[in-house]
Amino acid sequence: MLPDDRAGGQGDSVIGYVAAALGGGLGALGRWGIAEALPHDAAGWPWATLLVNLTGCLVLGLLLGLVFARSPGSPWLRPFLGTGVLGGFTTFSALAVETVQLTDAGRPQLAAGYVVVSVVGGVGAAALGVMTGRSRLRQAPG
Amino acid sequence: MTPLLVVVGAMAGAPLRLLAERLAVARRGHGSVVGTAAVNVAGSAVLGFLLGVGGVPAWLLALVGTGFCGTLTTFSTLGADVVRLGEQRRPGTAAAYLGGTLLLGIGAAGAAYGIAGLL
Repeated sequence: MLPDDRAGGQGDSVIGYVAAALGGGLGALGRWGIAEALPHDAAGWPWATLLVNLTGCLVLGLLLGLVFARSPGSPWLRPFLGTGVLGGFTTFSALAVETVQLTDAGRPQLAAGYVVVSVVGGVGAAALGVMTGRSRLRQAPG
Repeated sequence: MTPLLVVVGAMAGAPLRLLAERLAVARRGHGSVVGTAAVNVAGSAVLGFLLGVGGVPAWLLALVGTGFCGTLTTFSTLGADVVRLGEQRRPGTAAAYLGGTLLLGIGAAGAAYGIAGLL
């Protein structure tokens, strides 16, 4: 069974919050860098957000299938990588507001397409990551 | 300067999301997705408001928008949770979580964006 992505149940240790803050800073920095490299206007397809969200889902799936399955008890690993780095790298608020802005710019079909591609792509990427991670785990036990 | 503001905002957003997730798990049981859904909707509303106002200074957008709201909300956990709920043979919960987050999140962003535009 796929482990829960959140750190709940691992206590309320302060190290988890510190790890999440540090990881979140790193992840957000990566997201900002990609947004700077791939600028778009309010009526254009939001490539930067789509890219971070799909790759973030893929990598979180990999981690859940491979790394977190091995060390579920670590108080900092999942808050740092899962909650922090990947939670900060990916974003939902930008997806929501970009959808609103595309609609506001008179492009509701593009907005709907953006939501569908993000959701289908994101869930698909997470599932692909989990499957890949598990198969790697079986090949190299320990 | 901008990347530093993004990092500062993010360092507040990520622990706040962890707190919301842990509170939800403590109150509603292991695997609860309510905390993640709540921060995703709340962060969407704040970002919608910020971008709807117009003329917000760049430093504030970097700190509160890209940094705080961007990191308070998450898409990777949403995707992984849907996969997990599917594996647990809870397709109804998965659909409600995904559909509810999208509907409430985009709805909140749209409402905040519209209200801010009137100010």
